[in-house]
Formats: sequence, C-alpha cells, structure tokens
Amino acid sequence: MSVRKGGRNSGYGLYLIPGVLASLAVIVVPLVMTVGVSFTKWNGVGDPTWIGFDNYTRLFHDDLFWASFGHILLLIVAMAVIPTFVGLVLAAVLFDYVAKVLGDRWAKLFRSGYYLPQVLPVAVTGIIWVWILHPSFGALNQILDTIGLGSLSRDWLGDPKYALFSVMGVMIWFQFGYPIVMFMSGLQRVDPELYEAADLDGAGWWQRFRHITVKMIRPELYVVLVTTTIAALKIFGQVFVLTGGGPSNATIVPSYFAYKNFFEKAQVGYGSAISTVLTVMIIVLAIIFLRLQNRSRV
Amino acid sequence: MSVLSDVKTAGPALDPVVSKAKKHRRPGRWVVLAVLLALLLLVVAPMLVIMVNAFKTPSDYASNGPLALPESISFQGIIDFWNRIDFSRKLLNSLVTSLSVAVLGVLLSVLNAYALGIGRVRGRIWFLVFFLVANLLPQEVLVYPLYYISKELHLYDSPISVIIIFTVIQSAFGTYLLTSVYEEFPRELLDAAEVDGAGRWRTLWRVVVPVSRPTLAVLFTFFFIWTWNEFFLPLIFLVSNENQTVPVALGVLQGDRLMDATATSASALVGILPALLFFLIFQRTLTRGITAGAIK
Repeated sequence: MSVRKGGRNSGYGLYLIPGVLASLAVIVVPLVMTVGVSFTKWNGVGDPTWIGFDNYTRLFHDDLFWASFGHILLLIVAMAVIPTFVGLVLAAVLFDYVAKVLGDRWAKLFRSGYYLPQVLPVAVTGIIWVWILHPSFGALNQILDTIGLGSLSRDWLGDPKYALFSVMGVMIWFQFGYPIVMFMSGLQRVDPELYEAADLDGAGWWQRFRHITVKMIRPELYVVLVTTTIAALKIFGQVFVLTGGGPSNATIVPSYFAYKNFFEKAQVGYGSAISTVLTVMIIVLAIIFLRLQNRSRV
Repeated sequence: MSVLSDVKTAGPALDPVVSKAKKHRRPGRWVVLAVLLALLLLVVAPMLVIMVNAFKTPSDYASNGPLALPESISFQGIIDFWNRIDFSRKLLNSLVTSLSVAVLGVLLSVLNAYALGIGRVRGRIWFLVFFLVANLLPQEVLVYPLYYISKELHLYDSPISVIIIFTVIQSAFGTYLLTSVYEEFPRELLDAAEVDGAGRWRTLWRVVVPVSRPTLAVLFTFFFIWTWNEFFLPLIFLVSNENQTVPVALGVLQGDRLMDATATSASALVGILPALLFFLIFQRTLTRGITAGAIK
C-alpha cells in the first residue's frame, strides 16, 4: 500500500526486473563481448590476445569483405527496391480495381497467395529452389528444354556468373508479398471520395496512383523500405541453403562471412569485427530512415 | 499536388454511381485479372511442383520428368524420408521450442510493457531505445558469446538455450509493440481497478491482460511462427540429431547424396505442411498483426 501512495507511477519498476536481467544476459553481455573480442586474436579456446584495430585494418583490405557488401547492395535491390515497387503497384491494383470490380474476397485471396512464401520456413523454400534450379534434374531446365528454349538452361546456382542473380530472383519471389499486405492496409485509410473525385476529374489510373496512393501510404513506404533493407543486410538462411556462399564466394554475404570465420575457420576475433561492422551499418541505416521519416511528417 | 487539391474541393459533390459505371466500361479488366492470376501461379508454382513430385516413385520421376502427374500416388518417398530422419522427433522439438518461446515471450513482453507503457517508469525512453536497437541487431553479433556462454553453462545442444535466447529476442520486439499499445490503454479502467482496491499485480492480470488479448494473440502467433522458421541460431545450437528442429534437419540435408528428386520433394512437402497449416489457422491474426507493425 505504501508503495502506491508514493505516486501514480511508482512500483512499476519491479515488473521490468525479469526483462532487464534477461536482456542483460542474452543481448547486452554478448554484444559487449563481441565488440571486445573484435579487438583481439582468438580461436575460441584459451585467452584472446589484444591486437587493437588489426582486425579492422585487415577487414578494410579484404576483398572478400568488400565483395560481400557488394552482394548485399544487389540483394537490397532484390529484397527492398523491387518488392516495394512491385508491391506498391499490385496493392493499388488490388485495392482500387480488383476489390471494386470483383469484390473484396478476390483481393484478399490474391493478397494471401502472394504472401504465402513469407510464412514458409526459409530452409524449406531454399530446398525447393535448389531442386528447381538444379542443372541436371531441376524443373526449370526441364521446362526450358520442353518448350524448346533448352539453350537458355544453365547451372543457375552453380555458375559464378549467374548464382547471385538466381539468389536475387528467389528473394524477389520470397519477399514481394510483404509490401502488398502493408500497403493494402495503409490504403484502408484513403478516403474513397478522393478516388471518385480524381476519376471525375479525368485523372488516369497512373495519375491517381502517383498523386493519391503513393502520398497516402508514405508511412508504410518508409516502414517497408527500412525493414526489407535491414532484412537484406542480415540475410543468412537463404544463402546458407541455396549456395552456401559459393560457388567460389560468388554469393557470399556479411553474415555468412562472419559465420565462416566463427565456426569454420575459428577466427573469432575477425568474425567479431565483421559482425560489429554489420551491426553499426544497420543501426546507422535505421537512424537515417527514422530521421527521414520524421522530417517528412512535418 | 494540384490534382490533389482540386480533388478535395470536388469531393463531396460527386455522384458515386457515375464513376462506378465508368469503371465497368473500362476495357482491360480481363487483362488485369489474367496478369494477377499468372503472377499468383508463379508464386505458388514451386509448391505445386513439390506436391506433384513428392508422391512419385523414383522410377516414375526418372521416366516422366518433374512436370508430369504421378502415374500412381505413392507415399513411399514421404514415409521413407519421415523414418530416415525421424521426422516426428523434429516436429516435436520444433513444437516444444516454438510454443515455449511464444508463451514466455508474450509473458516477458507483457511485464516489460506494463512497466513502460502503463507505469511509465523513469527512463522509459531509454528502455524503449534499447529494445528498438535490440530488435535491429543481427544475430551474428550475439552468436559467438552466446555459444561460448552456453557451453560454459552446459546448455549447449539443448533446447533450453534456444528457448531462452529466442524468448528474449522476440520479447524485445513484443515490448516495443506492446508498449505503444499500452500507452493508449484507457485510464478509466485502471482507475476503476484502483478504486476497487486491486493492486498492480491484480490489475495486470484482471484488467490489462484481458483487455489487450487481441494484441497478445497477434504477438503469440508471430513469436510461434518466427521461432518455428528460425534457422541460424538453431543451426548452431542444436547440433545433435535428437535436438534438431524441422528447418535445421531439412537445411543440413541439403546436398546429402541420399536425397534424390523425389526424396527432396517429400522432405520439402513435410517441411511446408506445418507452416501451411499455421498460415491457414492464423491467417486473420497474421494479416492483422503484419499491419499492426509486426514486422521482420
């Protein structure tokens, strides 16, 4: 009782204790350890030796590190840029065409269908695609052969020239349902009269799309772009299952690069430096997005 | 910009029937529908191909290729695969892990959000910033110390370590989302509970949790499915056969020489089915949740 007399908001701190302790153990301490280890040379056994910034200078001169970030740029195109754009158009079509002409049920059916790849385990969709893209017994090459385009068939994931583009294709397939769901819910806010009036004014579909749809769902646009971009920076499972970073590192990404250093090469210090750089990049990116979003609100 | 302002003034005067009629006259209706259907087919095609081939015998596949319908429905590939990797065991592991994380993660989120959203404890902004950043962290930056610590504590290769880790990671997101919901919590309800003599603990369980049940259901669903689909940490922490979850068991089979086309299809099918089942069961909660800001 006496606690509550102390003020309206006292006594609530107790409820934070489990969360704070758990976060300390699982997030704060490991994070600090990783940053600390990134300044050492350590193979995971015995004591780490302090080497200052050596891991970071090595990183700076490591072609593989730069390559892994180059690949991420292309994956951002496949996971953030293309799905956002395609999702925007599809959400608008579903919302202001399919829902009105064919009914809400059809719009919802399409939305669920497009979203489906997002709910399947990454490892499983990876297995499916590895098999479909397999050079000798995969479905894609067999289809190409059957329809007389056999010359186009190739080793989609095994040829360094095409592997990354194949991964990009799979990621577009995997990702584009998510923006559709987000944008369609944002469009619920749009006053239908706006569309009707634009129609009456003789505005074409594209004009309405640009001036009403895109403007109205700008908050969702930011959320989708930032979350998908961060997802691209973090990508691991898909790459692990599809290509394992290969062939000859053609599809290596930072998280996989770190994983290899941690668990295959036992270069824990170097792996920690890679993860630290990746983390800093993600946080900086998130801050930039938040800034942009706040500015556009004013 | 000018279109938009014109539109606003014209808004109230128009007759909706006119524009409806105009819309129906527009050609290309079937073209739009055909494009959407073709795209839908493209999205589900991989799943369809899997379904067709999972029921074939290897010889049927060898002679007729991946696109023909099976000559006869054979469950042999699925049964063989199921027994070979003891799939029941993996299903059980996944189920136990995901359920525990969903329950504990929601619980931890509720406690945190109660203090931050309703209690508005001092320094709440900094706690929220922390949970937001925790959400952004790539698992790679936590993985090695967690691996090391769990080995020291003899929790390595045990579902307990994975449950603890994911409970905390998921609840970072849950806390962030739920706090924003609890900030809007009707004060009258809290005041009424206080007048009735309910303490903080009773108010939490008798008022706050029941009222926010829809949001908690969304969180529960997401935590469950996210944990079910997780790959990276389970791959590292659950190394032995009897502890593997479904995605790990399937992921590490990649490239196994025993995996021919029909076995691969069978494995993918049994991997997809539970996820598909959750998708159908939770469909409404899911779409509600994705748009409530439940994002990953």
